[in-house]
Amino acid sequence: MKKPELLFGAAVLLAVLLMALFAPWLAPFDPQLQNLEERLAPPSWSHLCGLDELGRDILSRLVYGTRISVMVGLSVVLLAGLVGTLLGAVAGYFGGRVDALLMRVSDVFLAFPGILLAIALVAVLGPALRNVIFALVIIGWVGYARLVRGQVLQIREAEFVASARVAGASWLRILGLHILPEVLPVLTVQASLGMAGAILSEAGLSFLGLGIQPPTSSWGAMINAGRSHLLDAPHLALFPGLAILVTVMGLNFLGDGLVNALDPHGKRQITVR
Amino acid sequence: MTGYLLRRLAQVLPVALLVATLVFSLIHLIPGDPVALMLGDGARAADVEALRHQLGLDQPLWKQYVGFLTGLARGDLGASLHYGKPVTTLLAEHFPATLELALAGMLVALLLALPLGILAALHRDGWIDHVSRFFALLGVSVPNFWLGPVLILLFAIHWNLLPVSGRGGVLSLVLPAITLGTALAGLLTRMVRSSLAEELEKPYMVTARAKGLHRHRAVLIHAMKNGLIPVITVIGLQFGALLTGAIITETIFSWPGLGRLLIQAIRLRDYPLVQGGVLLIAVTYVLVNLLTDLLYAWLDPRIRYEKA
Repeated sequence: MKKPELLFGAAVLLAVLLMALFAPWLAPFDPQLQNLEERLAPPSWSHLCGLDELGRDILSRLVYGTRISVMVGLSVVLLAGLVGTLLGAVAGYFGGRVDALLMRVSDVFLAFPGILLAIALVAVLGPALRNVIFALVIIGWVGYARLVRGQVLQIREAEFVASARVAGASWLRILGLHILPEVLPVLTVQASLGMAGAILSEAGLSFLGLGIQPPTSSWGAMINAGRSHLLDAPHLALFPGLAILVTVMGLNFLGDGLVNALDPHGKRQITVR
Repeated sequence: MTGYLLRRLAQVLPVALLVATLVFSLIHLIPGDPVALMLGDGARAADVEALRHQLGLDQPLWKQYVGFLTGLARGDLGASLHYGKPVTTLLAEHFPATLELALAGMLVALLLALPLGILAALHRDGWIDHVSRFFALLGVSVPNFWLGPVLILLFAIHWNLLPVSGRGGVLSLVLPAITLGTALAGLLTRMVRSSLAEELEKPYMVTARAKGLHRHRAVLIHAMKNGLIPVITVIGLQFGALLTGAIITETIFSWPGLGRLLIQAIRLRDYPLVQGGVLLIAVTYVLVNLLTDLLYAWLDPRIRYEKA
């Protein structure tokens, strides 16, 4: 297979999913177990990534942290993808006022600074996992809606759609059975890149203290905690950062590989958000 | 062109109004009393009520909203609850720092992306292309809230070459600008590469080469001119992302800009300041997009906006 980026991306995604699923078996220690006498201890054979400011094993916290990242990433992609696809498909298919309304609403969401909206929403709702997911869905659906709308606008003019219409198929059937399957490859790419974006945003919110709250392990919160120990224990921020970097990079590679595999000549509009 | 400009300017107003309404609704839904936060836990109920009355926070929400909109029409964004200063003054004090950071971030992104993207396009599928692609993906994947501390650790603490934080002189701008501009550099590298590679395959490039024009001249004179037009759109669209991305960068480097001010304002429930700040960022974003579209039309005469 001459698609190393696809392989690398898929391998990273699989590893992260497995780590999230089997965290209790893979983590060498209890992620909440404190050993204050050895706090800030550097990496060693017994603790490969060292200990944090409360003497907790960083590797175990990283392994458990994948659960938050995976849950946020998958939920945001599924929910934002669903909302955006439905709205974009309806707007693109019917055009006219429905389309104009969706475009104006999406203009507002695009003009509204995304991370600020997420920060404000989490401040309104409280820093909890489901609120972070909700905030990221609110800022994420627009990308899917615009993408699907553009695709549907093109596909609805195709001959096979006209044939279906002539054969008397309902709009729901045409959209669901004829048009949306055509949009699916592009959506898959967007989902892969969207998951990377959602993981980064969750970590960013947690970094600002607005995401997942302690003692739950979240990669962003771990970097934030590590900032005040940059001088004496840089490993606190180093390892969670690497975990985010590798995961997000894997997902970006996957998205990039999918773009190349599905659209080698770059004829379709696949956007990177 | 004038018709298009007027039409686009007319679109700015409703978007700004909707953003203002959205931010007004959101900020008033945030649990927590700004007055209680201002006066502290030990404040007497009578004092809290008096201050609430003085600030107009005891009025019904719709009255506060109408007051906000009338003030907005006059260019008055009210006074900050926490600082006691007019919001416009605070924004004017902090916006230049954010703008400076965003522009520096853009400069870093362009300095990295243009050479990398052009080289990658010229050596498509060669090792330079692969290396450039790897760095581009690395750039878009690295979290800026991690890159910032790593850069501080290396360049400010270990090698003592640059200041750790704060704003003062060009040197203090280097690390925040790299932190902010790296992701955009990755995105632009890919954009420059794909756009230029597409131009290089067009028939006019074959003609130019067939007429004896040296490859470098053909690329510089013909392909670059056309290939970089789509890149300009991305630059415009991403400028807004830089303004908001600055929130995290400003937090890391204690940069006295709008982002840090807004984060504090949200925590302190400083309603007028949050409304004004978000509105300023949103309007700047819309205006930059408008300027980008105009520049696009000017660079590419085939784009006939009058008919659009």
